[in-house]
Amino acid sequence: MAIINLKKKEVQAKIVYYGPGRGGKTTNLEYIYKRFRSRIQTEMVTIKTHGDRTLFFDFLPIEIGRIKGYDIRIQLYTVPGQVKYESTRRLVLRGVDGIVFVADSLAVRRKENVLSLKSLADNLSSYKKNISEIPLVFQYNKRDLLDEGIPLLPVEWLEKDLNSKLEAPSFEASALKGPNVVQTMKKIIIMTIDSLRKDLT
Amino acid sequence: MDKQYISDTDGQRTYIFTPAQLSKIEAVLAEDLLDVGVHSVTLIDMAGNIISTMDNGENKHDLYSLAALAAGNFGAVSTMASLIGEDEFSLLFHKGKKENIHFSKVTDEFLLITIFGKEVSLGFLRLKVAEATEKLTDVLNPGS
Repeated sequence: MAIINLKKKEVQAKIVYYGPGRGGKTTNLEYIYKRFRSRIQTEMVTIKTHGDRTLFFDFLPIEIGRIKGYDIRIQLYTVPGQVKYESTRRLVLRGVDGIVFVADSLAVRRKENVLSLKSLADNLSSYKKNISEIPLVFQYNKRDLLDEGIPLLPVEWLEKDLNSKLEAPSFEASALKGPNVVQTMKKIIIMTIDSLRKDLT
Repeated sequence: MDKQYISDTDGQRTYIFTPAQLSKIEAVLAEDLLDVGVHSVTLIDMAGNIISTMDNGENKHDLYSLAALAAGNFGAVSTMASLIGEDEFSLLFHKGKKENIHFSKVTDEFLLITIFGKEVSLGFLRLKVAEATEKLTDVLNPGS
């Protein structure tokens, strides 16, 4: 649920990084936080378990400048990926304006990706939102592991498993090392703001 | 009359607040809450976005993080309520040594966060928040 403030000429929108556990959602936000530290005025908020897994969400607000005379403020969130936190994921999705689905490229995680995407579609529909209509970008994470000889899912398989019907933009990325992390974020921000463009007069 | 403008396409809902509407909201927050001695008051939506915020000039809180956490906290508490068969909990309040924080739902989509100190009693604060909530509901849901 984006907010457009006509008095301050400001837009706030919520983007959620979704995906299976240990897929790299938090690592995406940590990379963005490090990279844009000078532009982010607050600390990144994380609610973690003692085992360093996301318990509730991570939160990172980022100001990206002006579009059509409006200051654009994006709130980046992650959901907890572990299967047992389904109700928490649903809470974080409330009012979401755009989604990055962070898929795990590890060959052994093929099923988890599919199940997580299904849970995303179900959770969105509980807010009367349709996964095929909301701004959505896929990120196939951990591609750097290919160089280390770890078996990864070919991108064609990931596309077929997850994106054959949705046909959303997708990026091969490494959240840990950085390639395409910023590009993924830029793409979802552009798509999200574009979906609001008609309201920015 | 100011009309709340809700743009609703493709399942995407956007709330658009006019300057007149925001001025009314600010007047309620200032007159009903800041004037009785609360330290800061913020109206947010349930997604964690800030609609309007006012303070006494002495607060340096990170309001965007606070809004995100408050919305998450409120959602979690609401889910807990439904798990034990309650519609909702009527009092959401955290007490600190110097600062206290009080949450109040304003319609189904918005939440009022009030931060206050020892100078204001909880009972009086709840009374003032209830008055403000009623006025804010009129601004947020004109004609309801």
